[in-house]
This record gives sequence, structure tokens and C-alpha cells, in this order.
Amino acid sequence: MARKVVITGLGATTPIGGDVPTLWENALKGVSGAHTLTDDWVEEFNLPVTFAARVTTPPSETLSRVEMKRMDPSTQYAVVAAREAWNDSGLTEMDQDRLGVAFATGIGGVWTLLDAWDTLREKGPRRVLPMTVPMLMPNGPAAAVSLDLGARAGAHTPVSACASGTEAVDVGLEIIRSGRADVVVVGGAEAAIHPMPLAAFASMQALSRRNDDPEHASRPYDLDRDGFVMGEGAGALVLEAEEHALARGARIYAELAGTAVTADAHHITAPDPEGLGATRALKAAMFDGLIQPEDVVHVNAHATSTPVGDKPEYTALKAALGQHVDNVAVSATKSQMGHLLGASGAVESVLSVLAVYHRKTPVTINLENQDPDIPLDVVTGTPRELPGGSIVALNNSFGFGGHNAVVAIRSV
Amino acid sequence: MASNEEILAGLAEIVNEETGLDTDAVQLDKSFTDDLDIDSISMMTIVVNAEEKFDVKIPDEEVKNLKTVGDAVSYIANAQA
Repeated sequence: MARKVVITGLGATTPIGGDVPTLWENALKGVSGAHTLTDDWVEEFNLPVTFAARVTTPPSETLSRVEMKRMDPSTQYAVVAAREAWNDSGLTEMDQDRLGVAFATGIGGVWTLLDAWDTLREKGPRRVLPMTVPMLMPNGPAAAVSLDLGARAGAHTPVSACASGTEAVDVGLEIIRSGRADVVVVGGAEAAIHPMPLAAFASMQALSRRNDDPEHASRPYDLDRDGFVMGEGAGALVLEAEEHALARGARIYAELAGTAVTADAHHITAPDPEGLGATRALKAAMFDGLIQPEDVVHVNAHATSTPVGDKPEYTALKAALGQHVDNVAVSATKSQMGHLLGASGAVESVLSVLAVYHRKTPVTINLENQDPDIPLDVVTGTPRELPGGSIVALNNSFGFGGHNAVVAIRSV
Repeated sequence: MASNEEILAGLAEIVNEETGLDTDAVQLDKSFTDDLDIDSISMMTIVVNAEEKFDVKIPDEEVKNLKTVGDAVSYIANAQA
């Protein structure tokens, strides 16, 4: 019998709230975090996309000036979210040899990398500062969280594009089940609202061009969806072996019942139109958590608002849940906060845990004309109350490269 | 040309910016590593910032000889002369 793993702490910094209470309040209310960018570089480079969803709360409200200087923004967000999750867990002292970290990112320290390149070109190699390497490396967020918490059971960095944050939850679960740690702080962080990634994502036609109306640009499942909205931020969860949490009388949000990761091996960016890889991930996560389709009441969908991406997820959900898919309340929270890339799966896992804990779902905004090819029961307007008894929520994340990751959260 | 006092004050600002140490803690007799707890990465950042601030060159092989704040002030003063 595998060790049971529970969730005892949550943290987040996002475009719709700088901490978990604010995030949850806004996710239920339905607000947009997307706004027109006012940076000089938007005009300087004549970017085809002129808006994004920035974090609401600058990390400087939590971090000292020196910490800020020595961390890329992605790492700053990671540390802010991880500290909140850690404090929320009530863990004060534990054997830190038994405390691990799995903190994901999609891109890593892209601001640091490109700033250093500019510095090299403008001022020469002497001015490229020695902190450049530790700040740009993709394991920077995981390493900084490990340092901050004194976590010594290993610090991991799953990198699977937009599935990264969800894959980190999978990694954390496996570490605790293997017996290598009793507690793992998992999460994802991203800070890529920089002209180069914006230009690159726009170039592949992945971003919405609704420049005149940013708040309504992210519209998963809507017939008029035209791409995702770039977001940023971080989410963090404290995963804990159940016996460890019970022994200290911890507040337990939910059980991390099962996880799965699969690969499409279909195309480098396009999703498998049949959603076969996603179906296998859904079925494997349910098998892992001994979950029947009827147990599932809520799905936090990947639903990025791209024309080609939203439909295969429906196909996969239908294949995994059968006719029961009609009874599942689906929330597409990227409609509110945009796409946090490598952080999205972590923040959406936080929201899935809260949905199970409070038995209430976040809402989907901007859904006016639902795509008839995606007849999901999408929660719009007001939050949906979830039933009593044992319930399960699923969180799906998919990434360029054909990565599929699913986590299943069960009420306790 | 900056006086030794001006160099010390400028260096203290750079150290404060990089490490958060109070500028008053940066005194001529203080060792960068033993007293101010400055690691090699921070030291290189301080050196590069000092080069720009005081318009001098501090070769990498000289950095290991700058054990105290006073060593750095003297080196910069001589380099400016």
C-alpha cells in the first residue's frame, strides 16, 4: 500500500491576487488580470501583442532589496509563493533531511539571460555580473526555495513547458511515496512577460491579438477565442505524508490521491487531435488514485483559449469519464489570470485543492458563445457548489512537446 | 580623483547595495570575507561595480589581494593616480 499523501499548505502570487485568500476570492468572483502593457518596449519593438496578465503584487513587498537583486523574477515569485505555503502549513521545525522541493518552470530566468546579453553587447564581458548564471538557470527557483526553507532531501526542477507545474506535483508525490522525504514543497514559477517571449509566442500564433480589449481576450471554449494571454506568477503546495501530518495535528486541505504524466509523441507543439496522450494521463491518474469516473465532480481544465487546444481536452475527458463527463463542473481559470506557462499547473492545483476543500468551484469568464464542439458543463457567472461526501477534482495541464500531466485531489 | 574618504564612502554604498550591510559596517580594517561575510560572487560584483564607479581597472588576479576594505581603497586610489 503506497503512502498516503495530503496537502497541508498553499501559496500563490498571480495576476488576480498576491496571496491565496485574494486569489480564491477573485477566482470565485470572476475578474480579469489581463491589462494593456505600458512598458516602453511594447512600442519600441512594435509588438503584435500589447497586453498580458502581470502579478498584482510586486515581490518586493515580501523580499528584501538584496534578495530581489540576487533572484530572477521567476525565482522571486517562487520564493514568495513557497513562503506563503510553508507558513500556511504550520510546519515550524522538522528534520530538514526529510524535506524536499520540486519547483518547476517552463522557461527559467529569461529576464536575467536577456538582460545579461544586452549588457554584454552594450558594455562588454566585464559587466556581465557573476550572479548571472545562478539567476538564469532553470533550477534557480527550486534551489532558492530549498535554501530558503533549508530543505535538504533534494531539490528538483521538472521542465515540461506548460505542464511543468502539474508535473512538479507528480514528482513530489512520488518522492514521498518512495520514502525519500516526509514533506515536499512543490510548485511552479514563471516570469516571461518580456518582449522576446511575447514576440516568439505571437510568432507561432499562440497569443490572442485582442489588443483593444485585453480583459476579454482569454476566452476558453468560446467560439471567438483566438489564443492565450501571457500571464506570470507562481503557485506552491506543501505535500505531506499523511502520518506526518496527523502526528502534528495539521490542518489537512485534501488528499493528493493520484497523479500521472504521459507524452503524446505526436507533434512538437500541436496537441494530438484525438487527445490520446491526455486520455492516457487522465486514466492513469484515476487508476493511481483508485478513482471511478462517478467520483469526479470538478475539473480545472487546461483550456488555454487557443482555437486548436481546447477541443482535444474535451475529447480526452469524454474518453476517460464516459457519459459522466456531462455531470462534471468544469472551470477554465486561465480565462481570469491568463496562462502562467510553467506556473499554471501549480496555481491551478492550488485552486483545485481549494475547490475540494470549500466544495465550491471558481468561475470561467468571457464565455459568451460556447463552442458547440465542446459541450462541457462550464461554470460561468456564479461559483458552483460541490456535493458532500467523498469528491474528487482533476487538474489537467498540457505542454508544448506533447507533455500531459494530471493530478487528482480527493476530499478528506 | 576621489579622496580616500570618498572612495570608502562609495565602496560602502556598493557593498550596501550588494549585501544589505549597513554602510557604517564598511570600515578600512574590515576583512571582506571574515568580517563582512562577503562570498566570492558578491566580491566580484562589488569589484565590477567599483571599476565603473571609480573608472579604474581591477584585474581578476588582484582581487585575491584585496583582503580588507582598506586594501581596496588603497588599490583604487593608486589606480586613479
